[in-house]
Amino acid sequence: MSRFPLSLRQLLTLAALFGVSASIWAAGADLGQTDKQPTNWTAIGMFAVFVLFTFGVTKWAAAKTKSAADFYTGGGGITGFQNGLAIAGDYMSAASFLGISAAVMVGGFDGLIFSIGFLVGWPIVTFLLAERLRNLGKFTFADVVSFRFAQTPVRIFAASGTLVVVAFYLIAQMVGAGQLIKLLFGLEYWIAVVLVGSLMMVYVLFGGMTATTWVQIIKAVLLLGGATFMALMVMSSFGFSPEAMFAKAVEVKTGIAAAAGKPPAAAAAQGFSIMGPGGFIKDPISAISFGMALMFGTAGLPHILMRFFTVPNAKEARKSVLWATTWIGYFYLLTFIIGFGAISFVLTNPQFLDAKGGLLGGGNMAAIHLANAVGGNVFLGFISAVAFATILAVVAGLTLAGAAAVSHDIYGVVIKGGKADSAAELKVSRLTTVALGIVAVLLGIAFEKQNIAFMVSLAFAIAASANFPVLLMSVLWKDCTTRGAVVGGFLGLVSSVALTVVSPSVWEVTLGNPKGSALFPFQSPALFSMTLAFVGIWLFSILDKSPRAAQDRAGFLAQQVRSETGIGASGASGH
Amino acid sequence: MDNDLILRIANHPSYKELKAKRTSFGMRLTLAMMVVYYGFVLLVAFNKPLLATRLGDGVTTYAMPIGFGVIIFTILITAVYVRRANREYDDLAEQISKAVLK
Repeated sequence: MSRFPLSLRQLLTLAALFGVSASIWAAGADLGQTDKQPTNWTAIGMFAVFVLFTFGVTKWAAAKTKSAADFYTGGGGITGFQNGLAIAGDYMSAASFLGISAAVMVGGFDGLIFSIGFLVGWPIVTFLLAERLRNLGKFTFADVVSFRFAQTPVRIFAASGTLVVVAFYLIAQMVGAGQLIKLLFGLEYWIAVVLVGSLMMVYVLFGGMTATTWVQIIKAVLLLGGATFMALMVMSSFGFSPEAMFAKAVEVKTGIAAAAGKPPAAAAAQGFSIMGPGGFIKDPISAISFGMALMFGTAGLPHILMRFFTVPNAKEARKSVLWATTWIGYFYLLTFIIGFGAISFVLTNPQFLDAKGGLLGGGNMAAIHLANAVGGNVFLGFISAVAFATILAVVAGLTLAGAAAVSHDIYGVVIKGGKADSAAELKVSRLTTVALGIVAVLLGIAFEKQNIAFMVSLAFAIAASANFPVLLMSVLWKDCTTRGAVVGGFLGLVSSVALTVVSPSVWEVTLGNPKGSALFPFQSPALFSMTLAFVGIWLFSILDKSPRAAQDRAGFLAQQVRSETGIGASGASGH
Repeated sequence: MDNDLILRIANHPSYKELKAKRTSFGMRLTLAMMVVYYGFVLLVAFNKPLLATRLGDGVTTYAMPIGFGVIIFTILITAVYVRRANREYDDLAEQISKAVLK
């Protein structure tokens, strides 16, 4: 990889990390699409078992899903431990499993820098938001934001923020699913996309939040279990010595560099480069901005925020984030070991390599080939099936969050003025689920050949620039007003999208404009768009002298009392 | 909740204690997390040779314990907050609720 220009390498790794297969990105750079593999019946069989089992879970969940509250929050009776696993299941995408282990295989320590970025948002969620969300909200994060504000404008903003984030995230997942399935199962792209869309609809339509939660829990357990097995197999072959594992990896990388014709000293330096930071972080502003998108984006993802309403109280909400942080951190440690294991066991085995020394099936196959190397064909099938199950779980969570924004925030509050009956609202959420499922499939097919790497990064940047500032300021700042929240929130939303479009990765790479013509030189807009959102909220709030503003400020005390004590909070509804 | 109840809670000494403790503890830990993470990012941006320095005779570099350290720190700091909140804040909230809802 070090032979590539810096920016290309950065983007490839970025693409890999952002839930997108590097080979998909590479398609845009003409480095080859993912290749369809021979049909893998073991993997398909294992996946069929998973689907049958989750259908059983959905049937059980459907019997419990009677009201809108059951649909949105599973009745609020999920424990902190279960919710922690479900959050981890929502957050650990298939492509982060494949992408991070591939990034580690290619760049060593650089891969770890990404995983750290994805983890550090969780303490922020814990310290500032988790309990307050639980105490103030009911079904969606808009409930929290609009607690003391004028309902209509704030709900419209929150639903827009939700749907935009969900849409970009969903497209990336659908395209990722199609490409992965082509690789793992040897099925056609469109079949995979339709399959993901239909299965997701079954879970969400019939089982609502209960089925979605259990699909996420089952997937999290399978993924963590499979990854643990792989990491243990790798570590045991090195006598559980990290030094021995690193030494072997450096040796392999040095050998590859030497075989490519490097003189011994240069080959040794290249081999050793996996032990330290490489080219990922170029300029500090991009680094900080990108770090902010990851750190605060996590605290603004609607499908993650919604999970806090499934637990009965603030204590369980806190426990869920601690469990989620632990599992996700553990998972990133495993992917790091898996990446290093792939250097030693995959890059040295001609069975997994093509004529040019690349991985069969593309760069993101590192973990998949390693599964074969340490566990044989059956375990390979298992890991492939888990990777597909993982996408299903993430897609179901996203769709549920989008459906809730439409049926609860737009239909229930904006259109019906909060007087919609539960049955009608439930019907609207199911219709929205079907609509979102169809849209996701169509977009997935339309974007097949597109560079979608920027979409998940955009989703994080928007979540950090629109949803998070409004949420934080409405909860913690007394003088925040409806006008300030809505204007500042939309400023963050629009600026993060606009700056991404004129950034190098979209303007030059996706849209094909000449190199150096991008108006915005940095990789991520978050530093600027987040600042704009916060300044906007502050400025338009303090300048707001309307009667509504006085009402907004007067409502702060009641909101604060409830957010701090939980007195008056909606309990485990539906029990 | 009616206004009278809100005022009674807001003026309760335990409420003031809870609010002050939770806010300052949460803010301090948020700051600590940001210092550690952005410190790490800036270290990667400005001092790559330091991270690529070998710890001893082997190939393991400073980068490895530092990187793993940030992951462990992230989990531990979350645990520290949750532990204290579960022990202290819920008790205070319970006290307030008992005192005002009689």
